[in-house]
Amino acid sequence: MMVDNKLIIGLSGFIPVHINLLSTFINPYQPLSTLINLYKMKLNLKIWRQKNAKDNGRFETYQVVANEHMSFLEMLDVLNESLTSSQKEPVAFDHDCREGICGTCSLVINGQPHGPMGGTTTCQLHLRHFHDGQTIVIEPFRARAFPVLKDLVVDRSAFDRIIQAGGYVSIDTGQAPDGNAIPVGKDVASKSFDAAACIGCGACVAACPNSSAMLFVSAKVSHLALLPQGKIEAKKRVMDMVNQMDEEGFGMCSNITACEAECPKQISVENIARLNREFIGSSFTSTEKA
Amino acid sequence: MKSWFFRFFTSSIGKKLLMALTGLFLILFLMVHLAGNLQLLYNDGGVAFNVYADFMAHNPLIQLVSKGNFAFILLHAIVGTVLWVRNRSARGSQGYAVQKTKATQTNAGFAKNMWYLGVIVFVFIIIHLLQFWAMMKFGDVGADVNLVDIDGKQVKNLYALVEVAFTNMPFVFFYVLSMAVIAFHLWHGFQSAFQTIGWNHPKYTPVVQFLGKAYSVLVPLGFAVIPIVFYLRHA
Amino acid sequence: MELNGKVPPGPLAEKWTNYKSSMPLVSPDNKRRLDVIVVGTGLAGGAAAASLGELGYNVKCFTFHDSPRRAHSISAQGGINAAKNYKNDGDSVHRLFYDTIKGGDYRSREGNVHRLAEVSVDIIDQCVAQGVPFAREYSGMLDNRSFGGVQVQRTFYARGQTGQQLLIGAYQALSRQISLGNVTMYNRHEMLDIVLVDGKARGIIARNLVTGKLERFAAHAVVLATGGYGNDFYLSPNARMCYETATWRAVRKGALMANPCFTQIHPTCIPQYGDYQSKLTLMSESLRNDGRVWVPKKKEDAEAIRQGKKKGIDIPEADRDYYLERRYPAFGNLVPRDVASRAAKVECDKGHGIVPTGLGVYLDFSSAFERYGKSKAHSMNLENPSAAQVREFGVKEVEEKYGNLFEMYEKITGEDPYTHPMKIYPAVHYTMGGLWVDYNLETNIPGLFALGECNFSDHGANRLGASALMQGLGDGYFVIPYTIGTFLSKEIRTPKFSAATPEFDEAEQAVRERLQGFLKNGGKQSTESFHRRLGKIMWDYCGMARNAEGLTKARRMIQELKAEFYTDVFVPGSMDEYNPELEKVTRVADFFELGELMCLDALQRNESCGGHFREEFQTEEGEALRDDENYKYVAAWGWQDTSQEPELYKEPLVYENIKVAARSYK
Repeated sequence: MMVDNKLIIGLSGFIPVHINLLSTFINPYQPLSTLINLYKMKLNLKIWRQKNAKDNGRFETYQVVANEHMSFLEMLDVLNESLTSSQKEPVAFDHDCREGICGTCSLVINGQPHGPMGGTTTCQLHLRHFHDGQTIVIEPFRARAFPVLKDLVVDRSAFDRIIQAGGYVSIDTGQAPDGNAIPVGKDVASKSFDAAACIGCGACVAACPNSSAMLFVSAKVSHLALLPQGKIEAKKRVMDMVNQMDEEGFGMCSNITACEAECPKQISVENIARLNREFIGSSFTSTEKA
Repeated sequence: MKSWFFRFFTSSIGKKLLMALTGLFLILFLMVHLAGNLQLLYNDGGVAFNVYADFMAHNPLIQLVSKGNFAFILLHAIVGTVLWVRNRSARGSQGYAVQKTKATQTNAGFAKNMWYLGVIVFVFIIIHLLQFWAMMKFGDVGADVNLVDIDGKQVKNLYALVEVAFTNMPFVFFYVLSMAVIAFHLWHGFQSAFQTIGWNHPKYTPVVQFLGKAYSVLVPLGFAVIPIVFYLRHA
Repeated sequence: MELNGKVPPGPLAEKWTNYKSSMPLVSPDNKRRLDVIVVGTGLAGGAAAASLGELGYNVKCFTFHDSPRRAHSISAQGGINAAKNYKNDGDSVHRLFYDTIKGGDYRSREGNVHRLAEVSVDIIDQCVAQGVPFAREYSGMLDNRSFGGVQVQRTFYARGQTGQQLLIGAYQALSRQISLGNVTMYNRHEMLDIVLVDGKARGIIARNLVTGKLERFAAHAVVLATGGYGNDFYLSPNARMCYETATWRAVRKGALMANPCFTQIHPTCIPQYGDYQSKLTLMSESLRNDGRVWVPKKKEDAEAIRQGKKKGIDIPEADRDYYLERRYPAFGNLVPRDVASRAAKVECDKGHGIVPTGLGVYLDFSSAFERYGKSKAHSMNLENPSAAQVREFGVKEVEEKYGNLFEMYEKITGEDPYTHPMKIYPAVHYTMGGLWVDYNLETNIPGLFALGECNFSDHGANRLGASALMQGLGDGYFVIPYTIGTFLSKEIRTPKFSAATPEFDEAEQAVRERLQGFLKNGGKQSTESFHRRLGKIMWDYCGMARNAEGLTKARRMIQELKAEFYTDVFVPGSMDEYNPELEKVTRVADFFELGELMCLDALQRNESCGGHFREEFQTEEGEALRDDENYKYVAAWGWQDTSQEPELYKEPLVYENIKVAARSYK
């Protein structure tokens, strides 16, 4: 199943060209690496490699020398840099903002989505939380509704389709009344915000033993259902979104709360209760028969 | 076009609601059952217990509730199995090589193994029913069960059956173990049912959590104490 | 070429209103027959695609992300400006207009900026109605805070995640149009070329990043909303996927690039901390509302801090130099970004920097803890609160306001910003330059529009904080839905386009050859390593301070690096698969040319203004020295054939309504 590719990647094999990047203006200063006492660490990586959606995929192992100041993705950058310079294909992984807000990065690191630190996305995870010689198993998010596209990259468009099913307020541009015409209590706005903070990364699905998307859907439903603007079509919204969630093939919620434990934005399962309430209530009281 | 009612109960949340409601009913039932069972501990040679058993077997209202009870157990088991199958397939063909499941509100181990715990409980219930309830209901007098005279009324002597079972070491062991499994099942199930029906409130949820834990320890403990006491008395 | 900004005539405050009511319209029936391509799904692109879809156009929308919600607008933290005057502190459309022009150092078009200020109020209304959970006061009314370069509180915010919330609003509006069938969404599709038919933009060539296939899309008009080019510097707070390919492809097809040297340096970035750093992280400007910037007065203290012998909290109040408050008493810590950045650089150059590299200053919240704590204690009727109590209350208030930013800081640096003052340093952030557009947001190529950060239009030489979100949404929701009609109303007789024409064949073939060229290159070095080297050149010579000698040298260095790149870059894999390295190589290739153009533009602009600081042109006090007589124009560059020198076209800037003056924040 594993170990067919071993590579030693060192700091020396790679020209640290941008060390001086910021120090142009002050010449007396030395390069950063000589100023900061770096704790170097050798890590064994066991990474899922899969050529495309049809490939079966397998684990491969790599060794990488990193330092504690690196972020987890920077460590993968170093690995990829080295793979590329030895004419091998780098590991594909999704990433973008690298500041924990865009929700693009994923990865299951040693059995936990976004790694061992609570309330942290993979891109915000730093190697100071790992130790020299540690073996790290890196897998893609696993769910039938999130098929693997390549290596660690998965397709999360199921989330988009759930939003398209009803996760919006149906207001056209230009129709809105004055912003202060709709007062919203400070606490209500704050609660709505807590739910709206969801970055749509899919860690809840990856963490859930049932691959359920309830935390995501409940956060989206709560965000709008709590606000007066969102109440108008709340019944239809929740029914359509749950319906789409079911169609996408996600599992069902067993209230295990692994989602809450792994959510990088610490979205509360209180939202799931609200989703249940909204869905049950709407199903029985909505006047639309269809 | 299927009716909204059908679509609701076949939706993910609808099915979960069925699990929660039947679960909550069974939680209530367990409490009543325990109240009855505790009469076994009276040192009266089984009089109180046999009267209670006879009443339960013949009161029409109890009979109706009891039929509902069976239906709910079955529904709980069937829907639970449907959910389990669906949830397993939701992961896809490739599972994780390493998976650490953490939980914030419950025990992750119990929570993710509810179906397995449920299967054990279900097996226990079958054995339990065959051994006691079926004897009481359909057992041939003389062959399976004897009659006993209480205040001039001939009733089946369930107490004697219980006494035989509860003085049998392997059975006592099996019974106590099953109660432990029920405790695990309840530890997650109690509060989970409230969450599923949408009952989550910063003020009251801690109360539900506490009650759930207390219930899932005390009730199975209450059941388990009885065979232990019988066994010790006998020994 | 004569550049016509097409700003409508009439009094400034009525231009937009009059123009809107007199511009040609497209009837609903005709809209259904017209196709529009929108590239990019950030605030500008998402809002435009949604609004155009609502109007009835057939919209095809493209993003190279896995979802429209990932666009980099999501990272904007602090807030969005609007001239609502909810605070009753003297704000008005005119004041927002004036602040923006002044903040931009008088290098933007009056007409465009005034329109932006006008639509700002509608943006807030629209977003509230969409369900954006803006911060509220106890009354239920919208809360505001202040940002740099202004003296009123007009910034609306949703904790430190305003960009995220606004983008989700636009994404939801877009999702609704997708579900209604008005917009067809293409995720993981990267635009690699624009197709012109008879000189008009009529389609794009996109690569499906999952299958690797090249696909053609035809339409009556193309709207680009593809963001800025800050990542030309490699290290910047921009997301890693912020590239400039779409814009640059437009330039190569004849669109003009305006003011490329106007790049903004953001003063509050987390300083560089490691050799392999892939990007920098911004701390929102909103922090300067409550944080005070300082360095140690004594160089010995700074030295001790750099060596780790002392910490910021060890320096007594009397030995701290709150240099922004000292130098700019009127605006203090809230001077505009360019001013704050340069001031930080001056202090660090003098040897007062406080991180090992010497490139960092403190952003301190202890006064805020005390101020908020005292106010809270007072509201709780605590007569003599202890210092610890005051601090505790204060920390809580600050957490409420900026909690996620503090958390983010701690994750990256491993240091608790509630105990130790934050360390910050300027870094490249936003790019004011971009595709030249007229008042209709149309480039010089008919039918090609540019919105948001990818155009040059509203921020002049420096953008004020919280104005990028305003411009993106303003362009997308309230400008393009009208102005696109000026072009499309002439196209109602044009039948639907087929993509099976020689123009598309040719464009697709060119893209294919370009990609294959890189794949067959057989070099040794990774794309990333070239990008990093390019970034270093850009920052060293075209960064916070520039001079003629350096810029000339930089241009030569870029050309040499580019030559090396084309001979020695290695791209693994093949074209017909998901291949992130192949995606990256064309993007970085475009950065070389753009970088060269930035240097050239900076070189021709013999003045300092806004984010463009030429060392040769400064006052005795080290402030930017503008040359209005010779450089009050938009520099628009055409560079279709890169084997030739780029051509410079000038659009003079006319100020009819405000007096052009030296910028002062003292």
